[in-house]
Amino acid sequence: MNPDLVLWLAAILFGIGALGLMTRRNALVAFMCVELMLNAANLVLVTMSNVHGGLDGQVAAFFVMVVAAAEVTVGLSIIVMVYRSRRSTSVDAANLLKQ
Amino acid sequence: MIPLTIETDIVFWICGPLMVAGAFGLVLFRKAVYSALSMAFVMVNLAALYAAMGAPLLAAAQIIVYTGAIMMLFLFVLMLVGVDRADSLVETIKGQRVWTALAAIGVAGLIIAGIGHVAAASAGLDSANEAYGGNVQGLAAMLFNRYVFPFELTSALLITAAVGAMVLAQHARLTPKKTQAERAAERMEAYATAGVHPGALPNSGVIARHNSIATPALLPDGSISGESVSEVLLGRGAIVDTPALSALTAANFAGVAAELEGEEPPVPPALDTGPKPASLEGATPADTAELAPESGASDAAVEDEEESK
Repeated sequence: MNPDLVLWLAAILFGIGALGLMTRRNALVAFMCVELMLNAANLVLVTMSNVHGGLDGQVAAFFVMVVAAAEVTVGLSIIVMVYRSRRSTSVDAANLLKQ
Repeated sequence: MIPLTIETDIVFWICGPLMVAGAFGLVLFRKAVYSALSMAFVMVNLAALYAAMGAPLLAAAQIIVYTGAIMMLFLFVLMLVGVDRADSLVETIKGQRVWTALAAIGVAGLIIAGIGHVAAASAGLDSANEAYGGNVQGLAAMLFNRYVFPFELTSALLITAAVGAMVLAQHARLTPKKTQAERAAERMEAYATAGVHPGALPNSGVIARHNSIATPALLPDGSISGESVSEVLLGRGAIVDTPALSALTAANFAGVAAELEGEEPPVPPALDTGPKPASLEGATPADTAELAPESGASDAAVEDEEESK
């Protein structure tokens, strides 16, 4: 099949993820949008592994998954911690440095 | 390994539009739980696409790690923090949505222009998968030969992340815990200064057809007592409409009373609630709320009966 189409799909998904990250103010939804962008990057890696006929891209996608899992655990615990002190998950609520 | 022989084109044209729709759902749904569901949907479709593109192990890992572990973690945290409120739709920065949409389209366009054109035709993974006897074996050979040091580093990363999450999520007490005596003194002080009722909050309403915790108690004047139901339920608007129910009960009572009156003229006094304490009328809501639940419905019914006689 034509690998260009999959790359375009990955670009569209990345764009939608960026859109959500910039518009949504719920920290959890914004975080999920980051996950969507990571998934789009993974899709590019797997497609390129298919194009080049080697497995290196898939190994890289595995490493991205591991890093994403680690990132989610730490990020979510930070969100819970911010919620405890500000009683809100809105990204606008964490404005201690601004004041 | 069983080869997944589904035509990649078919899978792409099914899963691709579904993924884009799910991604838009993630961005556009106001409730965070719906967003999380859309995200899980995108990830499952992505796994199907991986499987069709000659990466069966990655497809399994996508479902197990992303959909199974990461999305569950998201949902857990969503349940812990603020599942009750939807996102506000007010723009804090003027024109933010328009400019953001333009920027997102620009990013996607840049990526398509940059890497969206592959010169060579797809080589396919069949030969690479077969080199070691399968996709899993091939990946294992890669991980434990060429990529063994990055692989070891990821274990360090995972341990660090686990320890970090434990440290961050640990609840360090900033002030000493209040004793019971201190809390009682605080209550009495609030009563003395602000007039806050020092006793327990009123029960939820016990009406003929509902007695769940979502049923607010009725005050003597027939309005609902906001203190008798949980704030979360009030915020969601998921409470039972008690005044409507009590009106319904009163109508039923009136109907039964009229029927009895038509058939048997000598009606015994059906509900003798006794003389009502006069102080009830002028009391504050917090004082009477515990008495309120049944009285709203049954009083109205008694009044209706008396009227019909």
